Amino acid sequence: MQRVVLALALICAATVGGCSEGVLDPKGPIAAAERQILFNSLGIMLAIVIPTILATLGAAFWFRASNARARYMPDFAYSGRLEMLVWSIPIMTVLLVGGVAWVGSHDLDPPKPIASAVKPVRVQVISLDWKWLFIYPEQGIAAVNQLTIPVGTPVSFELTSSSVMNSFWVPQLGGQIYTMAGMTTRLHLQADHPGTYRGASANYSGEGFADMRFNVDAVPAEKFAQWVDTARSAGPVLDAQAYADLAKPSKAVAPFTYRSAAPGLFNGIVNAGMLPRDPSSIPHHMSQRADK
Amino acid sequence: MNLLGNLTWSAIPFDQPIIMGASGGMILGIVFVLGWVTLKGYLPYLWREWITSVDHKRIGVMYLVLAMLMLLRGFSDAIMMRAQQAVAAGGAQGYLPPEHFDQIFSAHGTIMIFFVAMPLVIGLMNFAVPLQLGIRDMAFPTLNAVSLGLTASGILLINVSLFVGEFAKTGWVAYPPLSELQFSPGVGVDYYLWSLQISGLGTLLTGINFVTTILKTRAAGMSYMRMPVFCWTALASNLLIVAAFPVLTAAMAMLLLDRYLGFHFFSVDGGGNAMMYVNLFWVWGHPEVYILVLPAFGIYSEVSATFSGKPLFGYRSMVAATMAICVLAFTVWLHHFFTMGASASVNAFFGVASMMIAVPTGVKIFNWLFTMYGGRIRFTVPVLWTIGFMVTFVLGGLTGVLLAVPPVDWQVHNSVFLVAHFHHVIIPGVVFGAFAGYTYWFPKAFGFKLEESWGRRAFWCWFIGFHVAFMPMYVVGLMGMTRRLQHYDVLSWQPWLIVAAAGVAIIFAGVVCQIVQFVVSIRAREELRDVTGDPWNGRTLEWSTASPPPAWNYAVLPRVTGLDAFWTRKKLARVTQGESAPAREYEPIEVPKNSAIGFVNAFFAVVAGFALIWHIWWMVIFGAFGAFIAIVLFAFRNEEEVEIPAERIARFDHAHPAEVTL
Repeated sequence: MQRVVLALALICAATVGGCSEGVLDPKGPIAAAERQILFNSLGIMLAIVIPTILATLGAAFWFRASNARARYMPDFAYSGRLEMLVWSIPIMTVLLVGGVAWVGSHDLDPPKPIASAVKPVRVQVISLDWKWLFIYPEQGIAAVNQLTIPVGTPVSFELTSSSVMNSFWVPQLGGQIYTMAGMTTRLHLQADHPGTYRGASANYSGEGFADMRFNVDAVPAEKFAQWVDTARSAGPVLDAQAYADLAKPSKAVAPFTYRSAAPGLFNGIVNAGMLPRDPSSIPHHMSQRADK
Repeated sequence: MNLLGNLTWSAIPFDQPIIMGASGGMILGIVFVLGWVTLKGYLPYLWREWITSVDHKRIGVMYLVLAMLMLLRGFSDAIMMRAQQAVAAGGAQGYLPPEHFDQIFSAHGTIMIFFVAMPLVIGLMNFAVPLQLGIRDMAFPTLNAVSLGLTASGILLINVSLFVGEFAKTGWVAYPPLSELQFSPGVGVDYYLWSLQISGLGTLLTGINFVTTILKTRAAGMSYMRMPVFCWTALASNLLIVAAFPVLTAAMAMLLLDRYLGFHFFSVDGGGNAMMYVNLFWVWGHPEVYILVLPAFGIYSEVSATFSGKPLFGYRSMVAATMAICVLAFTVWLHHFFTMGASASVNAFFGVASMMIAVPTGVKIFNWLFTMYGGRIRFTVPVLWTIGFMVTFVLGGLTGVLLAVPPVDWQVHNSVFLVAHFHHVIIPGVVFGAFAGYTYWFPKAFGFKLEESWGRRAFWCWFIGFHVAFMPMYVVGLMGMTRRLQHYDVLSWQPWLIVAAAGVAIIFAGVVCQIVQFVVSIRAREELRDVTGDPWNGRTLEWSTASPPPAWNYAVLPRVTGLDAFWTRKKLARVTQGESAPAREYEPIEVPKNSAIGFVNAFFAVVAGFALIWHIWWMVIFGAFGAFIAIVLFAFRNEEEVEIPAERIARFDHAHPAEVTL
C-alpha cells in the first residue's frame, strides 16, 4: 500500500518538476496538446482508480477474519443496485475518456496541417541503416542526423524508409510516426521555442538502432535562413551515387549536410520499394545489410 | 551435398564467454539431473508415472515444472538487460554488445509469453478444470500429452539456440522487413519461427481439448450457470486460443515462405507489405493477452470467494464480463500500431474499442471487492497475491487506457513507458495469479500445503520489487527513452534505470524465497500434511476428493445441484449430521491407458524443427515421417483404456475418507 503511494508520488514528481525534457516538457503546440490529453485522461481515471484501491485495501483490512466487529454476511452474493453501479462506473469513465480520445485523434491527426499564418517548411525524412536523412526540397539541401527548423513555423514532414521500419519521434515536439519502405507517412510538428530537442527512432531496427538519434535545432527564422545559406555553400552533393553510399549500413554517424539534393530523390526512394528484386532495375539501393 | 546443411562448428559461439558459460551450465545441469535420476533408478518410475502419463493432473504439473524452469531462464535475461541499461549510459557500451543484447530482449519476450505465461495458465487449467467439472479426465487425454510434448519441443529448440547458432535479433514480435532474410540472414529468426510453430500447434490442440471438455463432459447436473468461474474463464481463454492461434500460425507460415522459398508476403520489394504481418500478429497478439489473463481472473475469483468464506459476488456479472472480454478481445488489435499512419477515424474507433475492455475488467475488480465485503478474510498467501494484484492491476489498467488514447499513444508508444505498462498488467495479472493458483492447488496436487512464511516473504519481495523495477520505467519513458536500447546518451535517465535494476534484484530475492519455500515445504511435509482433502474450506468440487486425487479423480461421480457444489453439500451434511450416509456402491472404472506417443512425437518434432532451422533436408524428412508413422501406429493400438477393479477403488476410498464423510 505504501508502495502504491510511493509509485504515485514518483509519477507526480516526474509530472511536476523532475522532468526538464521529454513528453512532459513540450516545446510546440502538438506536444502541448498531447500532454493536455494525457493529463485529462489521467485525471478522469485517477478519480475512479484511487478510491478503488483505497476501498480494496479498506475492505480487505476491515473484513479480516480476526476482526470480531466486522459483520459476516456469508450469503451476500448479489445486489441489483450494486451490479448497476459496478457496470455504470466504468462505462461512464470510458465514455468520458473515449470522448477525449475521439476528439483528440481527429484534432491532432498526424497528416493534418497545423493551422498557421506562416508558410510551412517541408522536410522529407528517410530512415536509413542506421541514421536519418532529412531533405529540404524547397531549399534543395539535405542533412544527416541533424534537423534544423525555424521556430514558430509549421514543419510538414513526408517520411519513408530505405530498409526496415523505424519510427520518427521528437518527444518535445509531438508524437511519433512509422517510416516504412515503399510508403509515405505524413506528420506535422512545430517548435514554439528556440532550443535543441532530442529526436530518435522509436522502433527497433537492428544492430545500430541505439545510435539512431538526432538533434532538432529550433532556431529563429533569420538564423534558419543563415543555416540554409551555410549549408548550400559547403558539403557534398546528394545524388543517386551519394545516396547509394549513404544507404550502406553505418552506425553513430556524425551530423553533416549536403549542399544540394537531387530533386525527386525522395519519390525515387519510395518507388524503389515497389520494384521487383532485380538489382539492375533499382535506381537507389534498398539496403546492403545482407551483403556485409 | 552437405549432410549437415548449414550447420558447422562456427555455429557454436566459442568466443563468447557469457553464452558459453550459460549454455555450459545448462548442459551440466541437465547431465547432472539425468545422471542422478538414472543412478537412483528413478528412470522407470518417471517414464511410467509421468512421461507417458495421460492423467490431466500429472500433465498439469509437468506444464508447471516447464514454466517454472523457463521463468528462471527468462528472468536471467531480464537481469542481464536491467544490468546493461544501468551501466551503458553516456559513452559507455556496457558489457553486452548489440548483437548479444538484441538476442536477449528478443528471447526474454518470446520465452516469457510463450514458454512461461502460457504453460503456467495451461498447467493450472489442466490440473484444476476436470476436477472442478467433476469428471475423470479431459475429453482427449492422449492428445493432451501430445500438446505437452509439442510445447516442450518448442522450449527445447529455443534453448538450443543459445548454444548452437543464435536467437532472433528482431524483438519478440519479429516485424518484417527486419525479420526477412534480407535483413536477418542468420538462423535466429528461424529458431524463433519454428519453436513457435511447433509449440503453437500444441497450444491449439490444448484449446480444442479444453473447449470440448468444458462444453461436453461436465458432471451430471452442472449446467453452464453452475460451472465454477475458473471453468468459465478457462472456456473463454480456450475459445480465444482456438480462434487466435491459427492466425499466428498463418502469419508465421507466410514469413517462413518468404524466408525459405523467396515469397514476397512481407518483403520490402516484389509487392510485399510488412503492414499485413503487423496486423496479423496483433490479431493474435491482443487476444493472447486475454488468453493469459482470463484464467488468472478465474483463480482470483476462486481465491477471493474461498478465503472470504462467501460465494463470489455477482456470479452472473462475472460470467458476462468474462465472455464480453472474450469477444471484445478481437476488436482492439490496431491499438498496437496507432503510429502506423491509419486515418483519424480508424485510430479513434480502435482507441474507444480498447477502452471498452476496461468496462468488464472494471466490473470484475468491483465484484472481487464486494466478494471480500462482508467476508471473513483469511490472509493466506493466495489472498496476498490476490489483493496485491487488485491494487497493482488497476494502475496498470489505467496506463493501458492512456495508451488507448491515440494522441497519448503517439507520444509514449515504443517507449519504456509502454514496457512498464505491459509488465504492469502481465506481472500482476498473470504471474501473481499463477502464483496464487500454485499455492492454492498445491495441497490438492501433493497432499501437503506450501510453507506460509516463505510464501509471504516471496510475495512481499515480488510486490515491492515489481514497483521499484517498473515505476521508474514510466518516468524514463515519459522522459523520451525508447525501448530496446543497448546504450543511451542521456545521463539523466541513468539514476532511474539503476533504481529499476535494484527492483529486479528485489524480485530475484522473491524468486529465491519461492525456491526456499519449495524445499522447506518438502522437508516439513509431515507437519504440512493435509488428510482431509479440503485444507482451505473450499467451495468447488476439487476439494471433495482426496489429496492428491487418485487417477480416477472421483470414486463415484458427483451430482451437482447448484453453484459452489461442494460448499452446498457441506452445508447439507451439517444439517443431516448424525444420520448415517447410505453405503456407497463401487463400480470398476476405466481410465485411459498410458501412452508414449506424446514423448515420441515430441522427439520427432524436435528433430524436424532443428533440421528445418539448419536446412538439413534428409533429417526434415526423417522427423516429419517419423512423427507421422508414430501417430498412425498409435491410432491402430487395440487397447485404449485400463480397468481399475471396484475393490481397489473401495480400498482407496476407505483409506481416504474425504469424500465419504459427505
